[in-house]
This record gives sequence, structure tokens and C-alpha cells, in this order.
Amino acid sequence: MSSPLRIINGRVFDPANGVDGEVRDLCIRDGRIVDQLPAQARQLDAHGMVIMPGGVDIHCHIAGPKVNLARKMQPEDHRHDVVPSTAVTRSGTGGTVPSTFATGYRYATLGYTTAMDAAVPPLGARHTLEEFHDTPIIDKGFYIVLGNNIFLNQLLKEKRHEEFREAVAWWISATKAYAAKLVNPGGDEPWKGRRNSNVSDIDANIPEFDITPRQIINAFVHAVNDLGLPHPPHIHCNNLGHSGNFRTTIETMKAAEGRRLHMAHIQFHSYGGELGKNPKSKGPEIARYINENENITCDVGQVMFGKATVMTGDAPAAYVLRKITGNKWVNSDVECESGCGIVPFSYQEHIYTHAMQWAIGLELFLLSKDPWRIVLSTDHPNGGSFMSYPRLIKLLMDREFRKQEIARVNQKAIRNTVLLDDLEREYTLNEIAIITRAGPARALGLVNKGHLGSGADADITIYDELEDKEEMFSSPRYVLKDGELIIDDHEIRQDHEGRLLHVAPAYDEDIEQQIKPFFDKYYSIEFGNYAVGDEYLHRHQTVPTLGERQS
Amino acid sequence: MGDNIKIIENATCTFCGCVCDDMHLTVDLDEKKITKAKNACVLGRAWFAQHGIPDYPQATIGGKEASVEDAVEEAAQILAEAKFPIIYGLSDTTCEAQRHAVAIADLIHGCIDTTTSVCHGPSGIAFQGVGESTATLGEVKNRADFIMYWGGNPAESHPRHFTRYAVTTKGLYTPNGKKDRTVVLVDVRKTPSAPVADIFLSVKPGRDFELAWALRALVKGRKLDPSIEQVTGVSLATLEDLVDRMKNCRYGVLFFGMGLTMTRGRHFNSGAVLALTTDLNEFTHFVAKPVRGHGNVTGADNVLSWQTGYPFGVNFSRGFPRFNPGEFTTVDTLARGDADAALIIASDPASNFPRKAIEHLGAIPVIALDTKQTQTTNLARVAFITATYGINTAGTVYRMDDVPITLRKAFDSPYPTDEEILTAIRRRVQALCGGPAVPLRKVS
Ligand code: SF4
Ligand SMILES: [Zn+2]
Repeated sequence: MSSPLRIINGRVFDPANGVDGEVRDLCIRDGRIVDQLPAQARQLDAHGMVIMPGGVDIHCHIAGPKVNLARKMQPEDHRHDVVPSTAVTRSGTGGTVPSTFATGYRYATLGYTTAMDAAVPPLGARHTLEEFHDTPIIDKGFYIVLGNNIFLNQLLKEKRHEEFREAVAWWISATKAYAAKLVNPGGDEPWKGRRNSNVSDIDANIPEFDITPRQIINAFVHAVNDLGLPHPPHIHCNNLGHSGNFRTTIETMKAAEGRRLHMAHIQFHSYGGELGKNPKSKGPEIARYINENENITCDVGQVMFGKATVMTGDAPAAYVLRKITGNKWVNSDVECESGCGIVPFSYQEHIYTHAMQWAIGLELFLLSKDPWRIVLSTDHPNGGSFMSYPRLIKLLMDREFRKQEIARVNQKAIRNTVLLDDLEREYTLNEIAIITRAGPARALGLVNKGHLGSGADADITIYDELEDKEEMFSSPRYVLKDGELIIDDHEIRQDHEGRLLHVAPAYDEDIEQQIKPFFDKYYSIEFGNYAVGDEYLHRHQTVPTLGERQS
Repeated sequence: MGDNIKIIENATCTFCGCVCDDMHLTVDLDEKKITKAKNACVLGRAWFAQHGIPDYPQATIGGKEASVEDAVEEAAQILAEAKFPIIYGLSDTTCEAQRHAVAIADLIHGCIDTTTSVCHGPSGIAFQGVGESTATLGEVKNRADFIMYWGGNPAESHPRHFTRYAVTTKGLYTPNGKKDRTVVLVDVRKTPSAPVADIFLSVKPGRDFELAWALRALVKGRKLDPSIEQVTGVSLATLEDLVDRMKNCRYGVLFFGMGLTMTRGRHFNSGAVLALTTDLNEFTHFVAKPVRGHGNVTGADNVLSWQTGYPFGVNFSRGFPRFNPGEFTTVDTLARGDADAALIIASDPASNFPRKAIEHLGAIPVIALDTKQTQTTNLARVAFITATYGINTAGTVYRMDDVPITLRKAFDSPYPTDEEILTAIRRRVQALCGGPAVPLRKVS
């Protein structure tokens, strides 16, 4: 652990503590921010620089079974983007799906110090933890996919809601996950069992369980909030990508009945128009609903032009893209739990739908009134790589740049949006600090992250203050992780092991007796070998539930 | 039998890619032997029974007994001095050990490759070309009403594949087991797996690609000439009937083995059956899966992929990973005479590689890690005897369907683990070559 450090002369953006660009000292000791240090402490001069908490990515796909399939499938994605080893770092490859080491280093070189993988099948938890062990510098966690879990859905069918809640707690604890994820709830049975069909109506009955997607969503909202998990259910709605899906999106938010719910990559769920025809924008309607309902947080899932890799627990959605593109395609079913689809993809300015998706993302950012409840994301690598975040920040902060870019894309799409109707808003640095760190940390319930108050983790990013915001956010001058100076003068100077962030909600142990017989019959591994042992945790932190915090 | 008996439940057999994790082991701790392996097949029982504690020196240098420390030093010196060092094997060890092996390759700017390059490498290449619709084995058990084996003989190579995962086992939507399924076998001859099949297709040797392409054509609704029978050995009527069944099943599965991937056509063959599977998804749900052999070859593919982006045949000579099967795969680097030192882990290429490759292996300094003496350890300059994974060590293995499973140790071995030896070599190589330090904390 390095000696105490005082950062002086920098303009501090710490929205959680009401600090908006004032020049302040920041004191760091033992990996945390402290109120004061002895006068003789080491100093770092941040004159002319902007200081923010380390970035927090609330929704990305960076580790685990489907990410690794996407890596393995795309040598063409790696060979043009290599990451040589250095005296302190391992080598790797980049592209839209970088190798594990490269993923950690690249997040750090953008000033991001925490990232959450948004969709891991429980059976793949061990795999994800092994990859995380090889993902340096950043803190990380993952959400387990539970919305198509057969055992859980059978409990709902029998209206055993208390056991359902206990089973959700068991699953999260057993896999060392951070949150519960729902992906296209109810869609796995028609996909796997009924000739690749899908559920398209949130109120359609799923005959295998005699329940509807809405009932699944509602059950998770109540269970997860009752358990006091730091992050609410994280939902990828039904009908992703389909024209006219905004109704499903609104109904999904209504199903939360005022309780906390996080809407993933909401851009992909904000489309009007008729099914099977070109999408229209419903960005303004979705933004209005979110503005008016404080229980909802969301991340945008902005589309950025260029190469992407679609990888999603929503296998039917990936299949639709496979049919459109004719590209190579992975589908991978995971017994009793979930599945995924993968398709290489590229977003192009001249294509109506792609331009429309890009524009809807911008509408959502520009029309949202509460930056604390909208998070910057590209659903990496689905809408584009996390490496494009600096460009996205420039689009939000620089009106002239945005106008230029709007002029370059399909104009028919732009005319169907409100982007040309005096959307003059420019995000401030303070707002950027909210949508990239303070807001996501709060939505995740990470009380030591996303701010620079006393007791916070000393995860700090220091940028040269530049006119060109893409340049500024592409390459911070300094990045500290746990108080260690990882990036100094724009370059990685030392390696560092970040933590695994996970939760361990208490559950009634009797629930295992209910789950085990199901395993014995329908899983292909033994129940006794399913829960992930502590040896996979490496450096970690068990984040307390809300109940544990009060007591 | 001694009195010091331990029972281990939910232990895992790593002998074949089935990686059965329902072993119930009876261990005689005094004798250091597994006396009973309930639930294991014949191969598994033999695997567990044969592992006592052998009486070999822990390490040898030039055939003479040496301390582990000296052998590590010698190994590190060889690897650090080599200009084109290669690392090979890895499919019969834990992921924890595999991770260190890749790190060593990174430090010494060498090649790393696994037994994948001599078994399902073509499937890996085909996967990069076409993708794959696939599933975990539990989905097969729960849902599959149509199962086709192509170019494999699981009855002998993966004895519990039929009973535990695919054919006779009963699942959620297959409550009657085999009665709920149609089983098809495609091979050049009737193997011991044939009795399980409802339909047997005898393909002409070397004509798998043509057969797969004919099926693709029929799936797409094209007309085929009856002369296809002369090409493939299978009549048009049989093909049409098969395609009809494939399109009309509810959940179809195509398992393929080395009879497909290592015969004429290789990755074209794997690509053809993967493409056929993709095509069938226009009509119904269909998945495919290569039936992998070694216990943790799938783990090796995974570790290499997450650390480098590529599954096998990786070279670090430029300081970053490059992938080129045929150039960086081990048979090729040896047969061409490029490699000037080799680290072989849990594999015996000296007994099963082509002659030219073995000759070159005999001419360069070799470091070998194995649980027993083999032709490779015999020709090695430095040889380590290591503990057996899943019997004397814990750690992680990946089943053929990418499902990771944690091993349970049955009894202690006086021999070090692969992971321990590779960590020590890595540390020493790092000191000699420079490069990122070895994390201090133990991996498992
Ligand atoms: S089928 Fe394979 S893994 Fe299972 S017991 Fe037999 S040899 Fe072992
Ligand atoms: Zn996502």
C-alpha cells in the first residue's frame, strides 16, 4: 500500500457531495478518501485538471461463457487490434470483445474503475469468476439471469411467492452474483421448446408455467426489493429491437408498481411503428415516463456507428439479426436456466434503422430530466465497444459536434425524431460525472463508489481539461485505484488486482431441500457441485443488503 | 483394506469429456488408493483404480534424479534461452494450471497449443467460420427428441454419454427416455454404438462432407439426383426421410466426433454439419456439439480464448498473441524444425505424433510434466512427476459443453501439482526474462 497522498489544485466534480468543479484538496490513505492528512504528505498537482470518481459501468458484457464464445468466434476482431505485453502488464487482444487482461487495462485507461457484467447464466458463474480473476485493475461483479429459470417459474405457477423469494436469494448467494437479471422473461420456453418462437406480449400466457411475463417481472420486483438487494431487478424487456416495442417497455415499468426497477439498454426498447416495418422513435414517450416515475433507473444502450458484437441472453433477438445479416451465429442453450445468442454486427450511418437507433439514444439522453436515473452505456459490445464512451460524451457535451454528426447520418431517420427540434442541451461536466459514475454507483447501491467523500474508495480519475471532450475522456492523465497510482502520465505504471463485488442475502436453508430434487431430475450436474466455492472469490467484497446496513 | 476409509461424494471423473461429477468414491487413505468408484463406467473405474502413488522420482534432469528446485531452475533456463520455445498439451490438467502455462508463453514469447490442434481443431476453425447452435448436455437430456451421432463411437469412448446425458436418460420433456427420442448414427462402419440407433447410415469413407452438403440441399428444398447414393453411400430416399425427421423434430441434436473432424475435409466437414444445424433452425430448434475427448480440453480452449482471444495454436513471438493453425500448431512447429525447446504438460506427443515431429522432439531440450512416466518424460531433458488432477488435486475442469466443474481431492499425493510446478517455473522465467510479475497469492 503506498503512502498517503494529497491531490491538490484540481477542479473536483463530486456530484454526490454537491461539489461542482471547485478547486479542492483530496486526501487519500489506505485506499480510501479521508478528511485530512498531515501537512507533509506526498502531493500530486492536478492544476488545470478535472477530478472525478472512477467511472462505473452498470451494464456491459465482459466475462463468462457467451463473451468467451464471442472471443473464440472472431479472430478477425482481434488481429487488427493487438495489445503487447509491457514490463507490468500481460499481452492480449482487443476488438469489440477484448481478452480479459486487455478488458481490465482498457477500462482503466478510460478512467473506469468498476464494471458489471450484465448477464451470466448461473451455471456459468464459475467461468465468469475465473475470467474476472484474469481481469485486472477494475472492480467487477455480475448479474445472474433468473427470468427464465424453470424451477423459479414453477414456484410462480404454484403461487409459492415466499419460497420464490428464498430461492432467488439462494441462487444469488450460491453463485456469488451481484444482482438478479431478467432477460426476455418467459421467452425461453417458446424458443427452445416451440420451434424458435418467442413471447411477444407481456400479458401472454406461457402455458408451460401458466404465468405471464408481467407476473414474472412483478414477482422479481417484489422479491428483490423485499430482500433488500443493493441493486433492483435489472431487466431486459420482452420484444427487444422490435418496432412498436415501447408499449411493452412502458407496461414493464408499470409492472414494478412503484418499486425500484432498472431498465437495461432502454434505447433498444423505445421503438414505435408496426412490427416488421421500420421503427419510429418513441424516445420522447419513454423519457417522459421515466422522468415522471422515480422508482425507475435505466441505462441507455447507445448505438455507436462501426463494429459491434451482438451477444445477449435474448436468443430469439440474436436470431432475428442473424437472419437479417446472414452472419455467423451462435446460439447456446443452458439447461433449466437460460441461453444466449451471438452475431457479429456493424452499425452504419446510412442505414435508416441504425441511424434511428443512434438518434433515439441521443433523444433519451437529451430529454431525460434526472441525470441520476439515466446511465451512460452502449450495452458493450452490443451497441458498440466501451471504448466509444469518450465519443458519446462528446456528442452529449458538444452541440456543434452533435449537429455535424446528425447531418452525416440517414436523414429520413433523423426527420422521424425530435433531434432537429431545438434539442440544444449540452451536458455539463457535473452531469457527465453523474451519468458515468455517481448515478450508476447509486443505482447499484455501492455506497463507497461514485463519490469522493470521506470513506469512499479512492478510485479516482484525473483528466486534463481539454476543449475536445472526446480527447479529454479518452486518456486521463492519472487514474488511482484503491489509492494506488495505476495510470501516471496517461500510461499504466503498475498492475493491480481489483475486487469482485457480490452480495450474499440470507435465505431460509430449507429452500435447498426443495431445489435439490429438481436438480437431481433435470440438471446434468450434481446439486452438491453447483454452488460456487469461496476459492473462486479471489479479492472480493460482500456488499451488504439494505437490511444488513441498517442493523 | 485399511480402517482409514474416506467417502467422497460428488467427485468428478476426468477420464473423458463427459466429466461425470456424480462419482461416489471410497478411498483407503492408508493404502492411498481408491477402492471403489460407484457410478463410474468401466473406463472411469479403471482410471480411479490405477491411481495409487507411483514410485518415481519427483523430478529428473537428463534422466537422473534431481530436486524439484534444481529441475525448475533448469527448466526456466531452457525456456528463457530458447528462441522458439513451444508449450503443448494441457488438456489433462486444471484450468488453474493452464492459466500459468499461458502466462509462461507470454513471458518467453513462445508458442502455446493444446491437444485441440490434433482432435477438434477443425471444429474450432469451423466455429470461427460459421458459428454454432449448441446447448449444455442437460438440455439434451430434458428436451431432445432427435439425436444424431456422426463420426463418433461414444459407447466405447464416452460410455456414459447415452445413459447420463443423451439417449436413455429421462428429462423434463422426455419423461420416457429413449422412447421419446429418435437416435441416428452416421459412421463408415457399424461400431459398438450402433445398437442404440434407430437408424444407421453407413457413409462412404471420406464422403462426410458430401453427405452433409446433400442434407443441406434437401433441407433448403433443393432437388437431388438419386446418383447421390453413389457419392455418399446413402440412398436419396433415406436422406429424404432423415431430413423430414430433422425438420419435424421438436429439439434436434447433432453430436459429432473425430471420425468427422479428422478425416478428409476436416474443418470443411465440421463447418458443413454446423451449417446444416444452423439451416435447420429455420424449421425447428436444432443444436450441435463436438464430442470432446480429454477431461479438460474444453477448459484449455476456454483459458486460451479468454487470455489471448484464440483457442489454440497461439504465438507470442511479437509480444502479443497471434493465431495461425498450421503455422503455430505443435505438429507443424516440430515437423518444420522451428521449435528449439518444448514444455509438454500432461500429454504424450512422443508416443502419438507423426514421426518427423517426434524426431525433432528428440533433438531439442524438452521439459515434461506428467503423472506417470511416458515416452515424452523419457526423452525429456527435465521431467516432473505431478499429482493427478481430480484425484490428488482440486481445481476446475470444463465439460465438453463448456460447463465448469470443481474437482474434489480424494487423497494427498507426495508429488507437487502441475499448478505448483508451473507457478515456480513462471516465477523463475519472469526473473530471467522480465515482464509482469507473478501474482503472489496462490490461485486455488
Ligand atoms: S463416461 Fe467418461 S467421465 Fe463418465 S465415468 Fe466414464 S470415463 Fe469417467
Ligand atoms: Zn446487455
